[in-house]
Amino acid sequence: MSTASLVRPIAPASSLAHSLRIYGKETKYEFLKLLRAKSFSLSIIGFPVMFYVIFGIANRHVQEGSVDIAKYMLGSYACFGLIGAALFGIGVGLAGERTAGWLEVKRASPMPPMAYLLAKCVTAVAFGIIIVSFLTALGVAFGGVSLSARELVRMLGMTMVGAVVFASMGLLLAQIIPANAAAGVVNLIYLPMSFLSGLWIPIRFLPHWVQRIAPMLPTYHLGQLMLNIFGYADAASVASHWTSLAGFTMLMLGASWIVFNRSQQNA
Amino acid sequence: MPAIALAPEIRTIAAPIAAAQTLQPVATLANVTKRYGATTALDGLSLALRPGEIVALLGPNGAGKSTAVRLLLGLISATSGVASVFGSDPRDPATRVRIGAMLQVARIPETLRVHEHLDLFRSYYPRPLSMKEIVRIAQLDGIESRFYSQLSGGQKQRVLFGLALCGDPDLIMLDEPSVGMDIEARRGLWQQIRTLADRGKTVLLTTHYLEEADALAHRIIVINKGKIVSEGTPSEIKRRGAGRKISCRTDLDIEYLRTLPSVTSVERNRDAVVVTAGEAERVVREMLLQDAALSNLEIASPALEDAFLALTSSR
Repeated sequence: MSTASLVRPIAPASSLAHSLRIYGKETKYEFLKLLRAKSFSLSIIGFPVMFYVIFGIANRHVQEGSVDIAKYMLGSYACFGLIGAALFGIGVGLAGERTAGWLEVKRASPMPPMAYLLAKCVTAVAFGIIIVSFLTALGVAFGGVSLSARELVRMLGMTMVGAVVFASMGLLLAQIIPANAAAGVVNLIYLPMSFLSGLWIPIRFLPHWVQRIAPMLPTYHLGQLMLNIFGYADAASVASHWTSLAGFTMLMLGASWIVFNRSQQNA
Repeated sequence: MPAIALAPEIRTIAAPIAAAQTLQPVATLANVTKRYGATTALDGLSLALRPGEIVALLGPNGAGKSTAVRLLLGLISATSGVASVFGSDPRDPATRVRIGAMLQVARIPETLRVHEHLDLFRSYYPRPLSMKEIVRIAQLDGIESRFYSQLSGGQKQRVLFGLALCGDPDLIMLDEPSVGMDIEARRGLWQQIRTLADRGKTVLLTTHYLEEADALAHRIIVINKGKIVSEGTPSEIKRRGAGRKISCRTDLDIEYLRTLPSVTSVERNRDAVVVTAGEAERVVREMLLQDAALSNLEIASPALEDAFLALTSSR
């Protein structure tokens, strides 16, 4: 019996290496695929950069109280950009692959489903970091923004958090919206939500009714956490923003789980 | 001499069938019903695939062919009945390591190169086929470095075929594999599928190209409205569907010919008589006995298409 138990079809070490290789390749090709798809990569990086140049760089050296507007907008457009990367990369991308039948081919293979999801999530983080790096370079070079190394590291950390939060929203959207309408529907959610959260124009300049709506939106809480790195956040406590984002992520993942299971039962 | 010349031809077809009948089935559907709301896609369907066999699932659109394949791949669950592959549930990920699938796909990621797609799929399997072998079998030489978006329809199908081969699977399921291929590419694909079966692989393909089922399959399962209508070798299916046509010059009376066993119709076509019969040999033997002057004898099998139409429209 003891000899029999020693004989295993695949040793644990090589099985782990095998899994790591799958996760690695899945992520590498997901990233390459999106980077090469110029309609995706140019717009997902180009829009936040363009908006930041128009609204942020154009306001260089403008001070509102103790707030440097160009630096404030660096934080808010960083959020705008990384949210777009997550919602379009995962929401629109997954919806397209599901409708085209590509997801089914993958599911018929021994690919671990988690490798597919994680690859998309890591890719969203990577695009988020690329966008934030571009914006930061622009802000420092042309917007007169001064940023400490500590602030930069915290920004990149918050980028990862944000990408994961909105990846969960992308996951839910991918399952409930048809692929041919996906880009339009995502824009209809993403653009108003960004505006109402003060990611385009600082929230203190927006009407009072908008300021009352904002705390109901996850984009607002991410924006406040990002601005908090520069000491620009509003009065609400940092903990409340974290709680809101965590709750939102749970809600999205839970709803995705329910929708997924229901579709499996009907399939 | 002709017998010797025919021998290899016969062996390649007969051997897998003879061997197959004695072996455990590779995959089975046992009394499987699949309903989507009010529509019944499969209605108490049973089938078994034996090692080394090429089986064609033939049927009109909406007959349930793709549903059967997706059940065997574990992509969907049966409403009732059992799908089993290699003795286990096809939804079990461990089973998938031994299966290759080519499904109907509208679009696959276009900004990856052919060899990148293959590299990724090879990584899913513990013992993949070498890149060189996949490229050779799927006839992808010279296009490995192209982006998927740069390929023709036939080349795209060959990439999907290549992806199905990545794990060196024992069971390969091909859902309409030659859609979009020209006739030359299609024949090339058929040759590769035959080679796989010769290596002991089991192949299930669905097709609406009757010629494809005829040329390729050891066994054809004709399904319509989720039920098996007919099952057998291509020649058995043809016979069952419409019978063969006997054409000759003869002085025999048409009314007499109608009375011969298994005759379904007799027509006069200028100076020839055309007799359609299920058991052509018996009828011809009788006709030759009765008319020593019978001449210009021809016996034609109906096209599989005629048999197929007869089988699926009568139910």
